[in-house]
Amino acid sequence: MRSVWRRLRARPIGLTSICIVLLLALIGLLAPVLAPGDPNELGGDVLQAPGAAHWLGTDDLGRDVLASLIHGVRVSLPVGILSAAAALLLGGGIGAIAGARGGWTDSAVMRLSEMFQVIPAFILAAVISALSGPGEWQVIVVIAALSWPQPARVMRGEVIRLRQLDHVQAVRCLGISERRILLGEILPNALAPVLAVGALIVGTAILLEASLAFLGLSNPDVVSWGRMLNAGQRYLFQAWWLSVFPGITIVVTVLSFNLGGDALAAALDPASKP
Amino acid sequence: MLRFLLTRLLWAAPIVLVIAVLSFMLLHLVRGDPVTALIGDFPAPPEYVARIRAEFGLDQPITTQLWLYLVNLAHGNLGFSFSNRMPVLDLVLMRARTTLLLMVPALVAASVLGVVMALAAAPRAGSGTDATITGLSLLGHSVPVFWLAQLLVMAFAVQLHWMPASGMISLRDTPTGWAGIVDFLWHLVLPMTCITIYYVAIVARVARAAVLEVLHRDFVQTAMAKGLTHRRVLWRHILPNALIPVVTVIGYSFGSSLTGAILTETVFAWPGLGSLFVSSISARDYPVLQGIFLFSAIAVVVANILTDLVYWLVDPRLHRGSRKLANA
Repeated sequence: MRSVWRRLRARPIGLTSICIVLLLALIGLLAPVLAPGDPNELGGDVLQAPGAAHWLGTDDLGRDVLASLIHGVRVSLPVGILSAAAALLLGGGIGAIAGARGGWTDSAVMRLSEMFQVIPAFILAAVISALSGPGEWQVIVVIAALSWPQPARVMRGEVIRLRQLDHVQAVRCLGISERRILLGEILPNALAPVLAVGALIVGTAILLEASLAFLGLSNPDVVSWGRMLNAGQRYLFQAWWLSVFPGITIVVTVLSFNLGGDALAAALDPASKP
Repeated sequence: MLRFLLTRLLWAAPIVLVIAVLSFMLLHLVRGDPVTALIGDFPAPPEYVARIRAEFGLDQPITTQLWLYLVNLAHGNLGFSFSNRMPVLDLVLMRARTTLLLMVPALVAASVLGVVMALAAAPRAGSGTDATITGLSLLGHSVPVFWLAQLLVMAFAVQLHWMPASGMISLRDTPTGWAGIVDFLWHLVLPMTCITIYYVAIVARVARAAVLEVLHRDFVQTAMAKGLTHRRVLWRHILPNALIPVVTVIGYSFGSSLTGAILTETVFAWPGLGSLFVSSISARDYPVLQGIFLFSAIAVVVANILTDLVYWLVDPRLHRGSRKLANA
């Protein structure tokens, strides 16, 4: 544990990113306290530029931009994390089985994963949202269903690599069953690179959800960053703050997940430099 | 060559089938009643609904329906768009052309720019230039492309009035001849820049890694030792080898660049697939949405095959490899 922390401290950018992610999670949890009241409540001050009363201005319906951003965390973060978690469970499981079984199972899984990577995720998610009505669950299911090949490939590679290592061979010589070797020796060691892929999927999922909401394919009653950019599009000529602030928030969030995931994976890997 | 192409096509056949089945399921499982899905929310006389039911065999079991759907697809029948009053296939192909008009110049610009950036960054690995370029490409991965488009509009159209904010041609007194081409190019600049920036991020990252990889190979050291100039080694020895992964990444990310183009179009009201997509969502024109999905998925498959083909053509080492495989 201490060595993980030491390796993390040696990566200031990654550590900052992880802190930003944790801060965002905290903001999401405390949203009702930080920005009390219904974020959808209409206000009298319409399209106010950033100022003392409204730090980041107000939108066309008089809603405070900062309050909307704070409540938007509650959409983007769960969507991103749940999609990635589902993709990791699905992909990790499939990849581990493919790597452990090898042979026919392995090549079938690899061909199947190629097939899934061809389908354009955004367009499929958009068509499904348009057909079935918008919802965050559709986004999560589509992302999980289409992005499992990445963690599956990484997991498969790790399992194949780790199976041949000396300490695993030693355990095998002790007569421990293959299943226990997989769960006890291989999976814990394969976790770091798979987690890094997961962080990338979080970023992809957040961007995808925002893109759908930007096209109007999200629940209109739920405040989200993509929704805000959709409103900003209509006022590009009058109100720059409607587009600039939600965009910056998305970029910082996605960047933090990407950089933080890399750093965490490096810190968890016992073989990496301190 | 022929053998290579054949194996690729054989690989593509099941994928196209899966895409077609998925497209069928989209309408039938997600939407519920396929008749409403087929004609959208447009008021339709009951006899028309009955005719549709008979025509598509909706009283038959689902497997028969799937077969009928696939047969229709094979005949190029993707349905009819009621909001545009034309067959979906014609409509999608027409709009796809406009999208390509935007995508192809952006891809070419991004490839050249990305490779130049990589050549500038890689030999100075760890330097300020390198860190800047790596950082920029990382940033490019995290920026929503439509937000980038909005920023460009606000900066160059709203504030500076340099470029038009939307459209492909001036609608008021549309110029013709040379002036028309200039007018078109003028409208192209901002959306193209947007997709280029988005794409450079992907290309530069891969190209940088490829150049770094080649840089330390023995043959580069040999070329240097022979006393060749830096420039000659870079152009003659490093670039051709580094280009191979670049070709691959450009071809394989056709799907994401299509997505990027679709999102960019909606900001600039560029009359391509993206605008069609958005107008079909609000018109509830489901066959068009289905058609766009089908088209883009198959386009990605085609792009992947073409990529493999180009890869095979530019890398002579593969020719020998494939012959060896064939003999084995």
